[in-house]
Amino acid sequence: MSTSAHSIVEPGPRIKWVAGILVAAYALLTLIPIVWIVMTGFKSPTDAIAYPPKVFFEPTLEGYVNVFTSRSRQSPEYMANLPPAETWYEELVRKRNMVITGPSRFADRYTNSLIIGFGSTFLTVVLGVMAAYAFSRFKVPLKDDLMFFILSTRMFPPVAVAIPIFLMYRELGLSDTHLGMIVLYTAVNLSLAVWLLKGFIDEIPREYEEAAMVDGYSRFQAFMKVVLPQAKAGIAATAIFSLIFSWNEYNFAILLTSGNAQTAPPFIPLIIGEGGLDWPAVAAATTLFILPVLFFTVLLRKYLLAGITFGAVR
Amino acid sequence: MNAPDHPDTVRAAEAAPPPPPRRRGLSDRALAWVFIAPVIALLLAINIFPLLWNIWLSFTNYRANRPGMDVRGMGTGNYERLLGQDDVWESLQHTAHFVTWSLFFQVVIGFALAWLINKQFRGSGLWTTLIVLPMMLSPAVVGTFWTYLYQPQVGIFNAIVGFFTGSTHFSMIADRDLAPWAIVLVDTWMWTPFVMLICLAGLRSVPQDLYEAAEIDGASPLRQFVTITLPMVLPFLMLAVLFRGIENFKMFDMVVELTSGGPGSVTELANIFLKREAFEKWRTGYAAALAVILFVTVFGFANIYVKAWNTVKQR
Repeated sequence: MSTSAHSIVEPGPRIKWVAGILVAAYALLTLIPIVWIVMTGFKSPTDAIAYPPKVFFEPTLEGYVNVFTSRSRQSPEYMANLPPAETWYEELVRKRNMVITGPSRFADRYTNSLIIGFGSTFLTVVLGVMAAYAFSRFKVPLKDDLMFFILSTRMFPPVAVAIPIFLMYRELGLSDTHLGMIVLYTAVNLSLAVWLLKGFIDEIPREYEEAAMVDGYSRFQAFMKVVLPQAKAGIAATAIFSLIFSWNEYNFAILLTSGNAQTAPPFIPLIIGEGGLDWPAVAAATTLFILPVLFFTVLLRKYLLAGITFGAVR
Repeated sequence: MNAPDHPDTVRAAEAAPPPPPRRRGLSDRALAWVFIAPVIALLLAINIFPLLWNIWLSFTNYRANRPGMDVRGMGTGNYERLLGQDDVWESLQHTAHFVTWSLFFQVVIGFALAWLINKQFRGSGLWTTLIVLPMMLSPAVVGTFWTYLYQPQVGIFNAIVGFFTGSTHFSMIADRDLAPWAIVLVDTWMWTPFVMLICLAGLRSVPQDLYEAAEIDGASPLRQFVTITLPMVLPFLMLAVLFRGIENFKMFDMVVELTSGGPGSVTELANIFLKREAFEKWRTGYAAALAVILFVTVFGFANIYVKAWNTVKQR
């Protein structure tokens, strides 16, 4: 990874400096959309559509209140006769001649994303680590063909299977259920998981389990007590990749879910205010939605390369 | 299994007391199957079975909104109709435009960034992590918030372009000429980091002594780049192109939320066309035939490409 300090090909300080400036400039440019969306979440509806766009503005939590509530507009007379607002968010809403009529569906959709994301991640890791271990350690007939088969499912355009999965889920009553989405996302994630985990398990010396087995453990016990703890880092990386995928997925979500199990990505574009999308609310929802992903990306940075290439180039 | 070949194991076996005559639990062979079977079963159920079903559907006149209907075989009727229809060819052209140009920009910018980051300046790790953020987001959500950034006049994109050109009165996504570039731009913004990461892996795999030898031979930096860096990174670059090519050929979510195929149909990619046929017009059999065509195209291209890739890799 790093060149030795005295290598004659070590780039000079001037080149490093220029490279640093260029990369930092690109990074700042590429972050503008994300920063802008986070800022918009704290703007008032008027500031959000001001011309020219406002960089400095008075922050408000209105967008966040709007994401989580349903509101209705009332006549000034009705507003005048209301008892004083009990909460700061009720008060915020009343400034626009509106009252809160109940919670919105955003919290449900977010919870669905969490349930489906973590559920499919758990299943992916359990099934993936088992298969990866078997492929890494045992003589499996047609091993290379099976591994390639697993990888090839990643190349399928979802459209090639979407129509039958839609029909199949309708037949089986799996449409719009958490279980259905968990199973589906698990299947999608498995190809990456098996390849990634196999790479990690290949690196653990076989001697560890063999020593445990000499001590009287069964193969399965050796797997549980020796291999699994050693593969922790790989398991964590696989889990986060699976979680991020399920969290972000949209195509199947929009096709197979409508109410009960709908995740957040199909919901966010539908946050309507008066006269079109309620931009501060959409931005607030987006911010809440990308927050966990940002967190995991920072955690994940060490494994990004392994996860993306899954050892395909060696 | 192949344990006895291993010198360490042989030593351990000699040193340890004789192993118990029968191990508890399943035999290795049984365990291997127990461990692999669920994955294979799931992939068969969610990938292979639906794929075969889709192929069958493509030869019928089935409509998913009429479950009780009498399904008739159509022979190759769906395929003939598809290939004779201008919309289909147009959507394929839009896809080709989108795939080609986004690949081009992502490869050029991604490689340049990787090359710069590989200079190992201070803080390169931090900047790399920041640059990677867009590719970790949900494409549909990215599409949604870019419609806001692209708003004429009030959007930040127009403000930035206007700062340099003086004009903010244009709409990237409502203009027939600009819209195809609007989707290329967002895709490039989102996925350049992916190409960058793979190129970075490639650059880091180049043995440094090659450069030292070239230096001693007096090769110019440009020559070193052309004869050492490029060939060594090429397999990685090709892998990035393969992944991005397949993904962009499948593109749906980001573009649907950004332009929903419009204005008119200038950003209607093949997958958006297919989705309309299948789930708005409910011509299931017809859409299934298009799915087969797209699938065969991707698979065909990918196979030829992987062969080429293997040749490059083995050089």
